[in-house]
Amino acid sequence: MSAGAVVSKTQAIRRSVRMRPGATIAWVLVGATIIATLFPFYWMIRTALTPAGELVADASLLWPTDPTLINFQRVLGLTSVEEAVAAGGSGASIDFVRYTINSVIYAGSVAIIQTLSCAAAAYAFARLRFPGRDVLFAVILAGLMIPGIFTLLPNFALLREWGLLNTMVGLVAPALLMSPFTIFFLRQFFLSLPQDVDEAAMIDGVGPLGRFWRIALPMSRGPIATMMLITLVGMWKDYLWPLVAGNSEFTRLLTVALSVFQQQSPNTSPDWTGLMAGATLSVAPVLLILIFLGRQLVQSLNFSGGK
Amino acid sequence: MTSMTQVDSRREHTATEPTPEDAANRSRLRRPEKWAALVLLIPALVGFAVFYVFPTIRGVYYSMTDFNLLNQPSFVGADNFSAMVDDPQVWASLRITAVFAILNIVIVMSLALVLAAFMQRMRLRTWVRSLLLLPWLVPNVAIALIWAWLFDANVGFFTNMLSSIGIKAFTFYNADAALWIIVLISVWSGLGYTALLLYAGMLQVPTELYEAGALDGASEVSLFFRITLPLIRPVLALVLVVSLIGSFQVFDLVQVGYGNNPIPEVRVIYYYIYQQAFSFYQMGYASAIAILLVVILGALTFVQMRLMRANRSDLA
Repeated sequence: MSAGAVVSKTQAIRRSVRMRPGATIAWVLVGATIIATLFPFYWMIRTALTPAGELVADASLLWPTDPTLINFQRVLGLTSVEEAVAAGGSGASIDFVRYTINSVIYAGSVAIIQTLSCAAAAYAFARLRFPGRDVLFAVILAGLMIPGIFTLLPNFALLREWGLLNTMVGLVAPALLMSPFTIFFLRQFFLSLPQDVDEAAMIDGVGPLGRFWRIALPMSRGPIATMMLITLVGMWKDYLWPLVAGNSEFTRLLTVALSVFQQQSPNTSPDWTGLMAGATLSVAPVLLILIFLGRQLVQSLNFSGGK
Repeated sequence: MTSMTQVDSRREHTATEPTPEDAANRSRLRRPEKWAALVLLIPALVGFAVFYVFPTIRGVYYSMTDFNLLNQPSFVGADNFSAMVDDPQVWASLRITAVFAILNIVIVMSLALVLAAFMQRMRLRTWVRSLLLLPWLVPNVAIALIWAWLFDANVGFFTNMLSSIGIKAFTFYNADAALWIIVLISVWSGLGYTALLLYAGMLQVPTELYEAGALDGASEVSLFFRITLPLIRPVLALVLVVSLIGSFQVFDLVQVGYGNNPIPEVRVIYYYIYQQAFSFYQMGYASAIAILLVVILGALTFVQMRLMRANRSDLA
C-alpha cells in the first residue's frame, strides 16, 4: 500500500470516527445551547428598549412595537425627575455614569497592579532560589481553598478600624497586591520558559531583577495580558465585598448600584425597563471584551483545562 | 527549577576543573538571588500577610468572641459553636446549600460532558465557542435581574410560555419553584464555561486511541465511556472541586434576586453568614459559621480528590 493510500485510509477512519453520531444531532444540540445561552441577554436588551407603558402589551413580542432609548437616558441621569417618573422610574436619583466609572477604576486598577505584583512573586517562585520557597508557595496555595467570606469579615473590621470603609482605597486594598490563583497561573507559565535565555543573560551579568524585568516580562506579554483580562472580568463582576465595604454614593460600583436600584423599585411592580437598561450597561463592556478578546479567553481556558 | 540550576553547575564542573575563580563567580551570581527574590515577593507578600494571613488568624479569634463591631471582642470560648449546633437555621441553610450544590453540579457536569463530547467531534470556530462563555463573564447581579424578569409572575416571558402549556406556578418568588430556579440559573451560567474546560481536556486525548477503538468496532458511546471519560479524569476532578467550592458560595443570585429577607427556601449558608454579620452585627457568630464552612469544604475537597485520584493521569 502506498503512503498516500495509508493516509487516505486513516483520514477516512478519522472522518467516520468524527462524523458517525449524526452531525445533525451535534449541530442541533450545540446550536440550541448557544441560542439558550444568548436568549436571556437578547430579552434584556429588548426589554431595555421597550417603553414602560407598553411592557404588558408587548410582553410576548420579540421586538417592541415602539422601541425607545428613554430607559437608558433615565438610568444615566440624562432626564429630569419628572420625565423619569413619567417613563416608569421611581424618581430616586440614579447616576449610572458615576457607578460605571467607579467600576472601571476598581476593576482596572486591581487588574493591572495585582497582575504585576503577582507576576513578580510568581517569577521568584519559578526561577529564583531562596530559603523557604516551597513552603511559602504551599501556604499561598492553601489560600485558594478558603471561602472568601471567612477573610471578608475580618477585612471589613480592619478597614473599619482604619477608617477606610466607603473609600476607593479601602475597596481595592484586599485584592490590589495579591491573588493566590494569579501567582499559581503565572508561575506555571514562567516554569515553561526556556532556561537558555536566562543563562545567557546570567553570563552577560544580568542580575535576577533585570532578568525578570527585561527578559521574563516581555516574553510573557500574552499570559500576563490574559491574566489581567481574567482579573478585570472577575473584579467587574464582584459584588459582596463592594456591597459591604463601599455602598456609599461616591464609591458604589455598578453591580451594587443595580441591586440597590432593584431594592428601591416597588416589589409589586418593579421598574423592569429601567432595571434591564441598567443590566445592559453592566453587560455591554463584557460583550465588547468577548467580541474582541473572546479567542484569548477561550485559549486561556485551554491552558488551564489542558494542564 | 532548583534541580535544573544544580545540573547546570555540575555540568560546568565536569567541563573544566573548578577554580577558586569559578566558585567566586558562581557565588557572585547566586548571592543576589535571595535579596532579589525578596524584592520581587514583597508587594504580593504584604498583600498576603495583611489581607489573607492576618484576617485568617483574626477570624479564628473572632469565632471565640462576642463581637458586634462596636464593642471590644470579648472572649466567650466555644459558646458560638455550641449556639451553632442548636441553631436550626444553620442546618436548614446547610441543607439548602447542599441540595443546590448537588443538583447544580450533577446537571452542569452531565450536560457539559455531552456538549464537550459533541464539540470534540465538530470543527467549531473559536468565536462560536466563545459565545458559550458570555454568562460566565457577566455579573451575577445582572443575571439575577434578567432571570427574575423572565420568571416575573405577571408578565415574565418564561412564565407566559410555561403557563401557555399549563404550568402555572413556576415563577421567581414561588416558594416551591425558587430553589429550582436558582439551580436553573446556575446551570445556565456555568454550562458553557464547564463544557469549554472539559473540551480543552478532551483535546489532550490522542486521536489514535479513537481510531484504534473504532477499528475494533467500538461504538461512539463506548468510546466515550472507555476512552474519553477515563482519560480526562484530572480535568474532571479539577472542575468538580472548583464547582463544589463555587456552589457552596452561592450568594449573589439569592441576595439580589430575593432581596434582604429572602424566602426561607433559598436561604443558603453564605447568605446566613452575611445576614449574621451585616444585618445582626454578630461578627463572632458569623465567623464561627464561616469556620464550619471552611471545614466542610476542606473535607469535601479532600474526599473528592481521593476518590478521583486526581493527581494521577492515565495519559502521563
